[in-house]
Amino acid sequence: MLRFVALRLVMALPTLWAVLSLVFVLVRIVPGDPALVILGDQATEQALVALRHRMGLDVPLWDQYLQFMAAVLQGDLGISMVRNRPVWGEVATVLPYTLELTFVGIFLGVLMGLPLGVLAAQHRGGWIDAVARWTSLLGLSFPAFISGILMLLLLAVELPWFPVIGNAPFANPPAHLRALVLPALNLGFIMVAYVARVTRSGMLASLSEDYIRTARAKGVPARLVVWRHALRNALIPVVTVVGLYFGILIGNSVLTEIVFNRPGLGKLIVGALNDRDYTMLQGLMVIYALVVVGANLATDLAYGAVDPRIRVR
Amino acid sequence: MTNVVPLKTPPALAVKDLTTGLKIRGIWHQAVRGVSFEVMPRETVALVGESGCGKSLTAMSIMGLLPAKVGKVLSGSVTVDGREVVGLPEREFEGLRGNLVSMIFQEPMTSLNPVLPVGFQIAETLRRHRGLDGAAARAEVLRLMNRVQIPASARRIDDYPHQFSGGMRQRVMIAMAVACRPKVLLADEPTTALDVTIQAQVLNLIAELQAEDGMAVLFITHNLGVVASIASRVVVMYGGDVVETAPVDDFFQRPSHPYSAALLKSVPRADRRPDSLEPIPGQVPTLFQMPDGCRFQSRCAHVMEVCTRRPPLLPGGGRPDHQMRCWLGRPEGGL
Ligand SMILES: Nc1ncnc2c1ncn2[C@@H]1O[C@H](COP(=O)(O)OP(=O)(O)OP(=O)(O)O)[C@@H](O)[C@H]1O
Ligand SMILES: [Mg+2]
Repeated sequence: MLRFVALRLVMALPTLWAVLSLVFVLVRIVPGDPALVILGDQATEQALVALRHRMGLDVPLWDQYLQFMAAVLQGDLGISMVRNRPVWGEVATVLPYTLELTFVGIFLGVLMGLPLGVLAAQHRGGWIDAVARWTSLLGLSFPAFISGILMLLLLAVELPWFPVIGNAPFANPPAHLRALVLPALNLGFIMVAYVARVTRSGMLASLSEDYIRTARAKGVPARLVVWRHALRNALIPVVTVVGLYFGILIGNSVLTEIVFNRPGLGKLIVGALNDRDYTMLQGLMVIYALVVVGANLATDLAYGAVDPRIRVR
Repeated sequence: MTNVVPLKTPPALAVKDLTTGLKIRGIWHQAVRGVSFEVMPRETVALVGESGCGKSLTAMSIMGLLPAKVGKVLSGSVTVDGREVVGLPEREFEGLRGNLVSMIFQEPMTSLNPVLPVGFQIAETLRRHRGLDGAAARAEVLRLMNRVQIPASARRIDDYPHQFSGGMRQRVMIAMAVACRPKVLLADEPTTALDVTIQAQVLNLIAELQAEDGMAVLFITHNLGVVASIASRVVVMYGGDVVETAPVDDFFQRPSHPYSAALLKSVPRADRRPDSLEPIPGQVPTLFQMPDGCRFQSRCAHVMEVCTRRPPLLPGGGRPDHQMRCWLGRPEGGL
């Protein structure tokens, strides 16, 4: 198992390198001179040269690339051009909010989606199957910002059960959790749709496998046949979906954060885009890349946990 | 004066007039009709017949494992160790399966759950029926694995099915099936997917376990060579009907039903020239096209007018325990 983990870690390195290089190139090919953007068109040539020098933009591209890579490897994402503070510090203060939202969203989605998918497969064509189908359809067709606004209107304004602003400090856990419910449900709603669908089709497939007949022939109670024998096998595609949609969920958490006025990467991104804060954007892209590569790694490890056939190889 | 009546041992498995329906496109068809046979303790009865004749459905009816909603026992009775199982509620049936009556299947590659260790899968039977858990269950699993001759069982108990060969997986299946010393073992072509040497080993293993535990074995197979070597009686099915049933030697010497005779002629034998092989012309009719009366009539060389009526299963091979379902040689049959 340890070797498996180490192997996956090593295999993630080339991906990480490629993504970082891409970020570097993307930021460089954006038209316009960052120094000019920052100082405005009234700036003197002298000031521009000085700023380019300070930002390391006056050396050959190749050197810039090496410097960038070296800095990232040391955990240095540069200084925000607009806020004049280290990018990493800015990100670090809000990253926990986004990660918390995403993970709780995924957790809620899986918590609701798995049983829904299992019951839908078990009672195929019955009312619970219909409920699952409609839930999936709604979850997939509502953009996160629309469902978020609807939720706010219904559960925070009409029925004031939850705060309108989806944030409270970590230091005050009850209020913090209450503020987390609606945004996390909003994200989870999307996840329920995916998870329920994939679980349902995975269960339909595994319930018709020979090993289910074997389990029944042993006298294994029907409940265990479904929740142990069939579900364990149906989990494999569910892991894929959760892993794949982690990236999408991060994207949706940006929208959700803005709708619910939560701190997080979402606000930071919107701010950086408005301000044309190139170093901030570059840093944010690096963070996203790290998170997605990390999610893929976690997915691979989860595969190993649910499917012994992968673990051994 | 005492009247000593010799007690006949009751059969371990008795199937009587079993009719099983399958619902296909909304219509119920009789896929097994009026099947009767008995298997005594320690006895092996072979159930043979062409693909699709209802052998597996018969076994599934006995196990109570017919496909939900589209399969059900329409009439008849099945007793296992004297207990009627037809119509048993699912919860009670669960208590019998793997306990009183077990089954092993054709596909050792797909019959084990790929994500659970084999030891765990064997232990499930013990936990369900004997309440064994933890160390006790583990010890018993090891004993069973040794009993079915899985080498290095202590090292392999936590391995997964994909780490075993087909023959070894079938041994795991057998260990699971015999874990609770069932009275009846249903073996649905357990060796068909294995190569010949492994086949012989698995057959020997089943015979050994049977000798030790005294199980009754219903052995479903296509292989008449296997029938000759392990069974004491043969039940031949065609199109859901039992068409002939006989002691095994009588069957090979005097196959009486035209289908049985044709079946024997279609099997290659070392003592015959290969060009004497005669495949049975045509195919088994599907459930939709099953003719009324004798179901073999469309392919039978001896077909007569009376064959549109269903022939009864009556003695017809010389011995009273040799029965067949054919008009041939009967007064009503006109011959
Ligand atoms: N789940 C099912 N749905 C529809 N038809 C079925 C189903 N199971 C079996 N049948 C049909 O019932 C008939 C008997 O099937 P069964 O599996 O008992 O045959 P068999 O004698 O075991 O054949 P084989 O030697 O190929 O295993 C066949 O015509 C088959 O197509
Ligand atoms: Mg079959």
